[in-house]
Amino acid sequence: MNYSFRKITVLMGHYGVGKTNLAVNMAMHLRRLGSVSVVDADIVNPYFRTADFKKLFMENDIKSFCPMYAGTNLDTPVLDFDMENIIASGDYIIIDVGGDDAGAFALGRYRHIFEKYANNTDMLYVFNRYRREDFSPEEAACILRDIENACGMKCTALVNNSNLGAETDFDTVRSSLAFGRELEKLTGLDTAFTAVPEGSPCDRDFFEVKRMVCMPWERSDI
Amino acid sequence: MSKVLMKGNEALAEAAMRAGCKCFFGYPITPQTEISAYLAKHMAKRGGVFLQAESEIAAINMTLGAAASGVRAMTSSSSPGISLKSEGISYIAASDLPCVIVNVERGGPGLGGIQPAQSDYNQAVKAPGHGDFHMLVFAPSSVQETVDMTYLAFDMADKYRMPAMILSDGLMGQMMEPVEFPDRENIPAEKPWACSGHKNRREHNIINSLYLKPDILENSVRDRYKRYEEAENELPDAEIYLCEDADIVVTGFGAAARIAESAVNSAREKGIRAGLFRPKTLYPFPKKQLNEAVANAKAILDVEMNMGQMIDDIKLYTECRLPVYFYGRTGGNIPSAEEILQQIEACSMKGEKAECR
Repeated sequence: MNYSFRKITVLMGHYGVGKTNLAVNMAMHLRRLGSVSVVDADIVNPYFRTADFKKLFMENDIKSFCPMYAGTNLDTPVLDFDMENIIASGDYIIIDVGGDDAGAFALGRYRHIFEKYANNTDMLYVFNRYRREDFSPEEAACILRDIENACGMKCTALVNNSNLGAETDFDTVRSSLAFGRELEKLTGLDTAFTAVPEGSPCDRDFFEVKRMVCMPWERSDI
Repeated sequence: MSKVLMKGNEALAEAAMRAGCKCFFGYPITPQTEISAYLAKHMAKRGGVFLQAESEIAAINMTLGAAASGVRAMTSSSSPGISLKSEGISYIAASDLPCVIVNVERGGPGLGGIQPAQSDYNQAVKAPGHGDFHMLVFAPSSVQETVDMTYLAFDMADKYRMPAMILSDGLMGQMMEPVEFPDRENIPAEKPWACSGHKNRREHNIINSLYLKPDILENSVRDRYKRYEEAENELPDAEIYLCEDADIVVTGFGAAARIAESAVNSAREKGIRAGLFRPKTLYPFPKKQLNEAVANAKAILDVEMNMGQMIDDIKLYTECRLPVYFYGRTGGNIPSAEEILQQIEACSMKGEKAECR
């Protein structure tokens, strides 16, 4: 893959695009290059979040930080991170932000810190072309602008994470590339990389991802 | 393009609009939130009404009003919110009105928790409110089935003039799966009883649930039970998986059944003859299908995300011919496929002992 990860990666996007699955895959990839910390900054989603991967992270020497009420029965959106300390805690910091502008809004409180590290931070806008039948590049661009406005920061690149969950194959991804090019034109942003399932052809734009966010009846890839 | 990736809740909301739902009334609660959020965004654009009511009680009574006017109407909530709606559900049933009620179940009792549960089986199937009445109950176990059952719930509610519930749970509502929406044209049901304006061309219709004379009330209830009988003959539906030669039949609905299916497959790999019976309609219950499924079985293992509710119906409808064991998790915990497999193994040991005498 041509793209090289910055020290800080912030993953933002519409909920359900697969940010959590991507964050876990990135962490497992980056741990080979240095120490990694993953931050679950999702205040929107009650289930299926990076906080669920504590065990996997511990086994792989990946530090994880989650909001104090994540995974409990308290539906309380609180972000209580000491972000400066977290940034100092590893070579790579991955921040998994809650969906939509609502999730991005909460991240805005750390804006002054990200601005300080701007040269070493990528704010990635993750999209999935398959979220709705009538989902258009225009709508994806609109969500991106809403997110930027909500958190007061600019996205620096796109990530094409188009997938159909367990049914994703390389064709699924290939059929989404035109959508991605359209979105690049509309936003003026480049695509950092495209997430592809295992066994896809090699390409300098592709980042291979496994299915990590699994249902209780699935056998995970781990 | 055909398939899209959607959350169960979003897919349900989209299916409701496509099934011709014109009015939605709701009040926020986790984990059903995305239903309201999705409809808030899309309903008005597609010629419908989305309204966030001041309470669950208001929302169910608005649903009653909309249904009385003859349009397809829906409300949704999660467990504690459904309890609040129960009076309205009884009034809707008593008024012979069709509508769809969604329960994305969470842990209970009381305010409980926000994680998935199936502890509202008895409430949905036995007593959704006071009085002699039934509500159709559909229990999906995938996002696709959530979509298909939403269409069906609207159609069957209209057909039998009764409320229909989609009994989902936090897991079904929050998880994402690829889904396809069927191409179909909605043919609106004839509703000559609707209070939609008579323009002086016919007698006015009255929607009412108060009867001061016992005989008239009794007759109205008896008439309603004739329709329930039709539904009980026509509607029951179940999935029967690997039951033909099964020694142990696992029974379960919704999310629990989906996990049980994976445990049944593992048991088969270990040489244990296990099968799965999954009712898709909880009322009317597929009694005949259950008895077909367990015809050759030695034992039943009932798996639910509660302390054991459907198990009473399993025992009742099999007339306790077989031992019925139970495994359940509750409070928002989800049984793992491994846990269920261990239970299947334990049951199969018990079965062998019984045979040896």
